[in-house]
Amino acid sequence: MNMAIKVEKLEEPGDDDAPLYEARRKIYPIAVHGTFRRIKWALLIVTLGIYYLLPFLRWDRGPNAPSQAVLVDLANGRFYFFFIEIWPQEIYYVTGLLILAALVLFLMNAVAGRLWCGYLCPQTVWTDLFQAIERMVEGDPRERREKLKTASRSQRAFEAVAKHTLWLMVAWWTGGAWVLYFADAPTLVWQLFTGTAPLVAYLWIAILTFTTYVLAGHMREQVCTYMCPWPRIQAALTDEYAYNVTYRYDRGEPRGSFKKSEALRAAGVPSGDCIDCKQCVAACPTGVDIRLGSQLACIQCGLCIDACDTVMNKVGRPTGLIAYDTEMNIQRRQQGLAPVAKVFRARTLLYAGLIVIVGGIMVATLAMRGSEGVSVIHDRNPLFVRLSDGSLRNAYTLRIVNKQSLPRRFAIAVEGVPEARLEVVGGISETENGHPVVEVGPDQTYELRALVSTSAKLPANASLPVTFSVTDVIGGETTTAPDHFKGP
Amino acid sequence: MAEHQKNVDAVTGVSTTGHEWDGIRELNNPLPRWWLWTFYACIVWAVAYWVVYPAWPLVSGYTSGVLGWKSRDAVEVQLADLRTQRGAFAEKLQQASLAEIEASPELLSFARAQGRAAFGDNCAPCHGSGAAGSVGYPNLNDDDWMWGGSLEQIHQTLLHGIRSTDADAHVGDMPAFGRDAMLPRPDIIAAADYVRSLSNLPVPAGVTPDLTKGKEVFEANCAACHGADGKGNIELGAPNLTDGIWLYGSGRDAVIASITNGRAGIMPAWGGRLDPTTIKALTVYVHALGGGK
Repeated sequence: MNMAIKVEKLEEPGDDDAPLYEARRKIYPIAVHGTFRRIKWALLIVTLGIYYLLPFLRWDRGPNAPSQAVLVDLANGRFYFFFIEIWPQEIYYVTGLLILAALVLFLMNAVAGRLWCGYLCPQTVWTDLFQAIERMVEGDPRERREKLKTASRSQRAFEAVAKHTLWLMVAWWTGGAWVLYFADAPTLVWQLFTGTAPLVAYLWIAILTFTTYVLAGHMREQVCTYMCPWPRIQAALTDEYAYNVTYRYDRGEPRGSFKKSEALRAAGVPSGDCIDCKQCVAACPTGVDIRLGSQLACIQCGLCIDACDTVMNKVGRPTGLIAYDTEMNIQRRQQGLAPVAKVFRARTLLYAGLIVIVGGIMVATLAMRGSEGVSVIHDRNPLFVRLSDGSLRNAYTLRIVNKQSLPRRFAIAVEGVPEARLEVVGGISETENGHPVVEVGPDQTYELRALVSTSAKLPANASLPVTFSVTDVIGGETTTAPDHFKGP
Repeated sequence: MAEHQKNVDAVTGVSTTGHEWDGIRELNNPLPRWWLWTFYACIVWAVAYWVVYPAWPLVSGYTSGVLGWKSRDAVEVQLADLRTQRGAFAEKLQQASLAEIEASPELLSFARAQGRAAFGDNCAPCHGSGAAGSVGYPNLNDDDWMWGGSLEQIHQTLLHGIRSTDADAHVGDMPAFGRDAMLPRPDIIAAADYVRSLSNLPVPAGVTPDLTKGKEVFEANCAACHGADGKGNIELGAPNLTDGIWLYGSGRDAVIASITNGRAGIMPAWGGRLDPTTIKALTVYVHALGGGK
């Protein structure tokens, strides 16, 4: 039987082909008032405030260093974050930061759902702002629909121009703030307004103005539902004990209009609290119906909670029909059991533990890293040289790093070769206790050629481990790097 | 109508493509409109790209595109940029004396980088990429210099060469004592054994060197250039015979061969072939290899 159907299908495909594309249903969420809306406004102000103003925050690092608290200095290959300065070879701190961020996302999800998506994600924050501007200009969705019928053509044109102008201004400011993280902010602002900023700054502002305008103004929830991988991943990170924005179907069903359910209740027939007013759907920025349960498109912003609570207050039923709740608690209530809050579970403890470990490692390495460094490369060709007096010489390239903002002098020494003589090629003017000294400029690296010679008789095919040490002549801080001394 | 419903998935209500694998049917979810538009835009972009840029191979040549863009031109622009960027440093290098270059860390670093590249292009075929040399071609890392290892001396050698066609080239002849019948073979062997004894080289088994005769021969024929003590003379390019470095090998046969046939290695003059700044950079690079005096 099944076979027969299959054959039939293969022979007749496409007689009801789906459309080539799915026409977009534009979403105009209504304005809501309540706890979560207030939290979202507060977070919007805080996050955007940080983003727009942080480049102007100053941080004194002394001479020879920029005084911007957060700065990505691409030209000089430095990243400044308050008291931390990262060199390109320390990119693993950024890796660590990303690992930490991922773990925090996981933990958020295991504890209280998509907090990131709903409250903190830039896409959510800017979309929220753009939708607020849209409502401010065009009015609430109901008003908007009315206007489509009643308002004059010129008024609607004016509103459209006003909306897009405001959007573009926000987008432009967003792109403008971005480039400030890559150069001295006050200087760049002055340059931007006097038309003397580098072309690349204008280019990036244009690109980010465009992306902000398109993503927050036009793409909106499609970024979450089509473009973002996170909604796909987060389904695997939640469980029955995780708090999520939940429609409490145990309380809400069977749903029905207020009048009908009141009549049923008067007759002694059980009826749910949901009056099917669809305010939760109207308030949703991604246009989903939370009553269908957890779903990919739900960013868990909590606005449906506010919308529902408002209605419940009006009809005199208890609030919290939609609330942060767990799947487990719904089931327990249905069985007449008391709800439980189980925050300490294997996954939350695991994530928290990993966060502590990764964070601990990062803090420890940051605290213990020195203000100088040395790396060494042995000459590959020739591996060794026989000198006229019969002694052997190996040549190395040393790279000395001075991470302080003052010039420093370093004494270079080598250990591990008997009767070793150390010579250094390049800018040497003095010695310290018989060791050659080099000066390395502030926040710079210095490359030099080190020649190690010995008259001692070495065994055949000798490869002696040697250690180069670099000591700050004044501070005394010492760093070492290992290599080998090769013989015939 | 019945057939129509067969191509709709009962659970999701989404139509299927009609394909089925082990009971799993492929849903035919429509694409978002913007995605489709992006797809069309990519097609338009591709066509425009064919028109504007070089794209299609032809029997001889290719479609060059209306912009006339060539990767070769792009390289030229980048090289011009590079020359501009190097400009300031290159000028400093041109002005500075050799000693000034070695005294300034940044000039030294720039000169060594330029010298390393020029060395690889011009000198490495004989001296090796690491300047370690080989038999007949001196190792430039060591501290033994036939024509002098100071900056000025290396510079002179580079400019004019050794036994080259240049009028100011270093010239010095090691006679072919055997081939030209200037010495009988036993004298040559005695001289070779004596010379090897100067740097305490091991005597091969079964050989009894006649050092007294060797010394006589040496003083009569060799000392004029190599010095009575055998320490050589850089004015004449006569190598030091008492040290541990032997350009043509320290074996008994090799030394006998050198005395019999003479030696006259040639280095070309680079003045006129390379620009003065590059020769300066090469001088500093070779000097900084480790053997410079």
